[in-house]
Amino acid sequence: MTETTRPVLDIRNLRVEYPLANGDTLVAVKDIDLTIRPGEIHALVGESGAGKTTVGNALMGLLQAPGKIAAGSIVIAGKEINLRTGRTEGIVPGRDVGAIFQDPMTSLNPLFTVESQLCEGMLTHLKLSSREAKARALELMKAVGIPEPERRLGSYPHQLSGGQRQRVVIATALACNPQLIVADEPTTALDVSVQAQILKLIRDLADQRGVGVLLVTHNMGVVAEIADRVTIMQNGAVVESGPTREVLTAPKAPYARTLIAAVPPIDTRLDRLPVPSEETQVTLDARATVRRKSAKSETGSRDEVVLSVRDLAVEYGGRGLLRKTLVFKAVKGVSFDVRRGEIFGLVGESGCGKTTVANTIAGLVTQSAGSIDFEGTALGGRREKSIRQSLQMVFQDPYSALNPRLRINAAIAEPILFYKLASNADEARQDAKTLLEAVGLPADAGARFAHAFSGGQRQRIAIARALGPRPSLLICDEPTSALDVSVQAQLLNLLKDLRDLAGLSMLFISHDLAVIRQMCDRVAVMKAGEIVELADTETLFTAPKHEYTRELLRLAPSVERIMGRELASA
Amino acid sequence: MATQSLMRRLPPVSVVIASLVLVVMLVLVIFAPMIAPMDPRDVASYSLMDMEIPPVFMEGGDSRFLLGTDNQGRDLVSVILFGLRISVVIGLGAVVFAAVLGVVLGLVAGFFGGVVDSIVMRIADIFVSFPTILVALLISGIARAQLSAETMLAWAPLVLIFSIAINEWVQYARTVRASTMVEIARDYVRAAKVIGLPSTRIMGRHILPNIMSSVMVIATINLAGAILTEATLSFLGAGMPPTYPSLGTLIRIGNQFLFSGLWWIAVMPATVLVILVLAVNVIGDYLRDHFNPKLMAR
Repeated sequence: MTETTRPVLDIRNLRVEYPLANGDTLVAVKDIDLTIRPGEIHALVGESGAGKTTVGNALMGLLQAPGKIAAGSIVIAGKEINLRTGRTEGIVPGRDVGAIFQDPMTSLNPLFTVESQLCEGMLTHLKLSSREAKARALELMKAVGIPEPERRLGSYPHQLSGGQRQRVVIATALACNPQLIVADEPTTALDVSVQAQILKLIRDLADQRGVGVLLVTHNMGVVAEIADRVTIMQNGAVVESGPTREVLTAPKAPYARTLIAAVPPIDTRLDRLPVPSEETQVTLDARATVRRKSAKSETGSRDEVVLSVRDLAVEYGGRGLLRKTLVFKAVKGVSFDVRRGEIFGLVGESGCGKTTVANTIAGLVTQSAGSIDFEGTALGGRREKSIRQSLQMVFQDPYSALNPRLRINAAIAEPILFYKLASNADEARQDAKTLLEAVGLPADAGARFAHAFSGGQRQRIAIARALGPRPSLLICDEPTSALDVSVQAQLLNLLKDLRDLAGLSMLFISHDLAVIRQMCDRVAVMKAGEIVELADTETLFTAPKHEYTRELLRLAPSVERIMGRELASA
Repeated sequence: MATQSLMRRLPPVSVVIASLVLVVMLVLVIFAPMIAPMDPRDVASYSLMDMEIPPVFMEGGDSRFLLGTDNQGRDLVSVILFGLRISVVIGLGAVVFAAVLGVVLGLVAGFFGGVVDSIVMRIADIFVSFPTILVALLISGIARAQLSAETMLAWAPLVLIFSIAINEWVQYARTVRASTMVEIARDYVRAAKVIGLPSTRIMGRHILPNIMSSVMVIATINLAGAILTEATLSFLGAGMPPTYPSLGTLIRIGNQFLFSGLWWIAVMPATVLVILVLAVNVIGDYLRDHFNPKLMAR
């Protein structure tokens, strides 16, 4: 086997360009080199817009017009890609290069059974008979570890869970014995426990079948978990490349160092995440003003309970008039307290009911049983104006959280005026300006519309808007999960500063244990609508009691757990 | 290069022409009393002596009457200008009435959902299950029976606007309801709710501006439909009376002489009607593609 040493993928000086409408050219990928040997997993990391997905698309011939490979060469299994067509003679995507995409919910066609999707490639590329194809499909289903493979072959995608679907996608990618697999964020849409299984599966495939894997991801934990080599990209260019351990523990390039330092560690709590601070005198002055104005919320003592949730239950459906409809119990009897000035964390996998709890407290959903006590008032369907004012929320998706037709100033000033916290529009605009400065944005940002801002900036605006009514409890529902790590780190620092500033209590919801560890004083772990463990953050992370908590902690991919503590001390 | 990107943003030629046609027609409509050679509502200004004169380009034409005269000796240019005016006013009126009614009901139905939604949308279903023309004939018939001839004359345009709008609002309500349901699931609306803003304010200030583009598109396309419906009703005799003729009334009058060689009395106003509706439709289609790029061919 002389072929084993020949790289399955060899990229030299690859340059991908997109001509823009105004005649300029956007260089999405700038002269990168990348080599993958059989059985090697090569991770491509970077923040959004770094060009990592474009590399994957370029080598699969999936570049969207008008994007084109402008220069360089891509050699897949010894065969060179034709730059003009973007395709390689003798290399068929799907046969020689397998693809695993991010979202298992949309990468399978909902109208066909698993079997027909698995066999499709084999029938066209390998010219197998349908009997042979079916036998091989069964074999693949077993290889990717789907329970009851015979029965699952006849299933439609909607009958499978997210993890099972991603396994089917992997099986499809493997169907024609590819030498190279491009996995673009293969586990981003999955829960940690499923993620761990899928990552192990990909690692095994590389080891046992000698498949080369190009793993595109933004998650350093995933890189540490399975990658042999890693390439860090920024603005289309390679910043650093090398063996995973070397790059992650002793990054040389300044950007690589910042990027790795911004990843919140799961095993230690840092006072602040080590990212460049954007704090200026303007920011500090603005925060002092905000503190002076919101003085009323600092009256209570530190241990006073602000929010008390008892046996909260929420059901969806079941409101059919004529016939009984299926009732889904999203939350089944949850109890916890949030004390003044505390950040209380709710953590759990998707579907565990943590967002429903937040929505119920915020008044977006009505509980079916149990009580919510907020500053001594029981919250039900209708709420006093003063209650609504002291309870504000920051949402997950910064791209839909701001009204696209409102200027930022108007959006922030609206609640201030509504609660009569300013006597006139001018004063409210001044307050909006101060709030913008307090969250680290320039005061003139207020004159623009939401689309002029990046995700991180929008989330800052959303925080400024939520602070306008001078709340005593801020609900943060996955406030950073849509953001890049360095932006996430800045926002987490900001939220901590604001808590200290106004004696604000926070209910912080996240699926990311590392983020929870950095942010929260106490944590409740939720599973299937119930709290399985509630403890001080340090206690929970160092001595978890419940089996489920232990499992979550064990499975969370973490750079420092795998690499030891030799990380560049930040 | 800059000119090239500017070119790309310009609408196609057909839309430019349609817009010009529409602008010219609107100017003519607004300044009709100043432009028209005579006032067709003033009986003293025309004479039966001039009846049935063909257009100037035909043998026997009279330079005073560019497009000829009708059976009462009225100048067709003047009659058409005033008729166009009535058609446009009724069309616009019906669209505005229907849009306001439909947007409000659609917003409320989409925002509150549940029982409110069911009630509003079932009412809409009932309304839409009657043919527009039938309802309009019915309403104008009732109005005609109840009101004296004098009052009917003054009220005819309002009755027409009402009869047309009463069916058309359903389309707005349905579209607005669907768009509202999309918007209320977005975080900025949820944020407005958590901030504690009252429902009316969330609907008016946050949701409405974000769904207006689809309303504008329907309104433009509906304008053409409303003008046509008005013309149909007037043609059937249930619309504007011959003393205050709209384009439809003119076509009805002309229709009686169509086969006696006096074709211009019907064809001239009909041509204007076709041009008007075509121009509005071209613009409406363009707006629809413009605001909903998914419909465009790739």
